[in-house]
Amino acid sequence: MSACLDITNLSAVLANGQRVLRSVSLSLQPGEVRALVGESGAGKTMIGKAVLGVLPSSVRIVEGNMSLEGEDLGRLQPRARRTLIGARTALIPQDPLTALNPSRRIGPQMTDRLVRILGWNGDKADKRVRQLLDEVQIRDPDRVLKSYPHELSGGMRQRVLIAAAFAAEPRLIVADEPTTALDVTVQKQILRLIADLQREHGTAILFVTHDLGVVAKISQKVSVLYAGKVVEEADTARLFEAPLHPYTRALMAATPRYTDPFASLKPVDETVLAGLAAEIAAADQTWRHLHG
Amino acid sequence: MDEARIVRRGLGPRLWLAGGWLLLVLLAAIFAPLVAPQDPLAQDLMLERLPPFWLDGAEPGYWLGTDSLGRDLLSRLIFGGRIAFIVAFAAAIAACLVGSTLGLIAGYFGGWADRIISRIVDIWMAFPPVLFAILLVAVLGTGLSSVILAIAIIDWTRFCRVIRAEAMGQARMDYVENARIAGYGRIGIMLREVLPNVLPSIVALLSLEMGIAVIVEAILSFVNLSISTDDPTWGGIIAEGRLSIHQAWWVLVFPLVTLILTVLSFSQFGEALKTRFDPVLR
Repeated sequence: MSACLDITNLSAVLANGQRVLRSVSLSLQPGEVRALVGESGAGKTMIGKAVLGVLPSSVRIVEGNMSLEGEDLGRLQPRARRTLIGARTALIPQDPLTALNPSRRIGPQMTDRLVRILGWNGDKADKRVRQLLDEVQIRDPDRVLKSYPHELSGGMRQRVLIAAAFAAEPRLIVADEPTTALDVTVQKQILRLIADLQREHGTAILFVTHDLGVVAKISQKVSVLYAGKVVEEADTARLFEAPLHPYTRALMAATPRYTDPFASLKPVDETVLAGLAAEIAAADQTWRHLHG
Repeated sequence: MDEARIVRRGLGPRLWLAGGWLLLVLLAAIFAPLVAPQDPLAQDLMLERLPPFWLDGAEPGYWLGTDSLGRDLLSRLIFGGRIAFIVAFAAAIAACLVGSTLGLIAGYFGGWADRIISRIVDIWMAFPPVLFAILLVAVLGTGLSSVILAIAIIDWTRFCRVIRAEAMGQARMDYVENARIAGYGRIGIMLREVLPNVLPSIVALLSLEMGIAVIVEAILSFVNLSISTDDPTWGGIIAEGRLSIHQAWWVLVFPLVTLILTVLSFSQFGEALKTRFDPVLR
């Protein structure tokens, strides 16, 4: 059985030549939840965008392959690639406020995609959307479907977006820090919701986050990123038991614990950062050597 | 509950006053032959410079008095409103279609499309607009269609600039990216996702532009470059009134007040409509 998502040696550069992704390899089995962790700017979101084909125009992929359920995205024509990505993947975005079109009602926004991209008829799409709204525990679907996004709370909007992401039965969902913009109390519910839906639908999820607490709750495997490079990849349980890479250890030490939030907060150690810088420089050296 | 209150306040007296005045002028213009008390072109030197109705020496049937050729001022204003409104609607809609389309393309697609369109706009805006209009009408020849064309040619940039900036902001929004991921085409996204969000601005600008078109038409007819000098236009009446300001102030004041009220109403109406159209502000 082919992997749901297979990324090999993916490198990307900015217009000024700076590398944002350094030979990233990543493989997701069908139904697997993979967490991508790292600090801001580590390239977590960039990987998600690369998979979904929405990298900003300033970022250029210079090397590597991505395949979705065995189909090599690089070999497809742009049109065919868009259709494939549209049919097999979905995004749960970070900011539920800007991810819904403010001037369109929720109903048409959710059904449109099923009707236009997947060619369903209106009734089927409507039924499907209502079923999903029920699964994300929205109790008054009629009101929600008739609402404009600004009439719903942040948590409600994120529920709607989760329902929309699962509605088309994608094989892979990229969740880009889906709880970061929410209140702490809502975060837990949303996380549980994503986990429940994932289990029921068997969807693979690439879960981008900087929150190790979230990682522990939801993922089976973790890839730790630093400066666009995967520094450690491991099963979640093993990673928390025995982190191998010093950066992973430092990251864990930097996570606040509720019991003693201040004592447990430690910035990442400087020797660790120096070690990382050397590692990155060495990797760049080989890369430059190979690519002239 | 809250929402209903906000909607009502948004509608407010502004919309009613502005809309009411515009409707009044529009109806008078449409039914001008029925409403106007006199023939706007009929001269009668026996009735020259009659004052408006509340002053001594006014004649019944000549409510706002007459000009130096004895023509009824109210009738001339009503017929002038016809030309003003035809120009306002036609020119503003033409400018809006061209400007908004180009602005939407430049803002959403960016890159080369944006660079080319933005440079054209920059060059266009380097011309002083009124001189440009006078020049265009001089080249195209006087007449209603040249006036409309001239205003549209000058003022499309106004739409282009604003809509470009708005479309740019919308294009960066996550919902546009989401639509890309879902597999929609670029043009489909531009029309279905971006356009509805810039529509309130287009509507407000359109109304504002109608006011501007009324002003430009008045300027052109003031310098005698609008349409044939026989037809009453607001600018033409103002030009005539200027000459007899000391003998008959009303020939200058009434068309000026009409013009100002109309232009003001257009801009206020546009603002109010924008609030109505915008689901977030509403």
